[in-house]
Amino acid sequence: MKFEALVEVRLRPGISDPQGATIERALPALGFDGVSDVRVGKAIRFAVEAPDEATAREMSVAVTDRLLANPVIEEAQVSVL
Amino acid sequence: MSARIGVVVFPGTNCEHDVVKALSALAGEEALAATVELVWHGERSLSQLDGVVLPGGFAHGDYLRPGAIARFSSVTDALARFAAEGGPVVGICNGFQVLTEAGLLPGALQKNSGLRFVCKSVGLRVCSTRTVLTGALSQGQRLRMPINHFEGNYTCDQRTLDRLRAEDCVVLRYEENPNGSVDDIAGVCNAAGNVVGLMPHPERACDMLTGALDGAPLLRSLLDAADQHASLPA
Repeated sequence: MKFEALVEVRLRPGISDPQGATIERALPALGFDGVSDVRVGKAIRFAVEAPDEATAREMSVAVTDRLLANPVIEEAQVSVL
Repeated sequence: MSARIGVVVFPGTNCEHDVVKALSALAGEEALAATVELVWHGERSLSQLDGVVLPGGFAHGDYLRPGAIARFSSVTDALARFAAEGGPVVGICNGFQVLTEAGLLPGALQKNSGLRFVCKSVGLRVCSTRTVLTGALSQGQRLRMPINHFEGNYTCDQRTLDRLRAEDCVVLRYEENPNGSVDDIAGVCNAAGNVVGLMPHPERACDMLTGALDGAPLLRSLLDAADQHASLPA
């Protein structure tokens, strides 16, 4: 079966996020007040061929741990759809 | 025996010729019998070499994260073995990013805090002289060298930082922090001191044509370390 995986990679809490900070600073000038805690990450989608959902999830987590996220600065959330 | 230094080329590396030229010229000045050669990233063994440089550029386009794909090139496995056996390894700029991604150096290099690509000459201070890149320098020595990066903001957790300080693994610090690096760190080494990564470009500061000579003592130290490695019994 073919499953679709969605991996959301984001910076760990406490790691500075210059992109998020820049976006946050730009918002008041556009009239958006009260928006805070902007964090920029990545969303990565891929298809996984696996016999069942649990196996697809296991493979997706392995791909994420090995390549998609750097645990020194990032954390990731894996969803299998 | 003549020392052999390999300069690794990944698809997207762009500073390899500068490094070869700077190292060859310095070896010539010192009348050191050293050969400097390019090594393609598909290489599976580096055991014939006495020193390895990972030069700057954009290995594999810097896709995903700088160094993230380069870590899986076969040369990187060979590099890990070479480093574990004590071989001198230096990563410059993108090469430093590859070394952290490969786990050969601690920490990571994040986007610059000002979110700007920084290309300028900076003041540095030598913080450790026990490494293959700083053996010919003195503690506290000041250097001026160019930096040229978007992702040079050195980041690590507090425990790693404590260990780096305690084990004399901070090799270079910026005099004025240009990118947000923790503790002003511009370069670090592993515990043994044979693997060094730095964001500044010593190869671009070896000829007055490019405005500075302060990179020369660093590359001379590497030539010395490679020369010593070449004289070890096989």
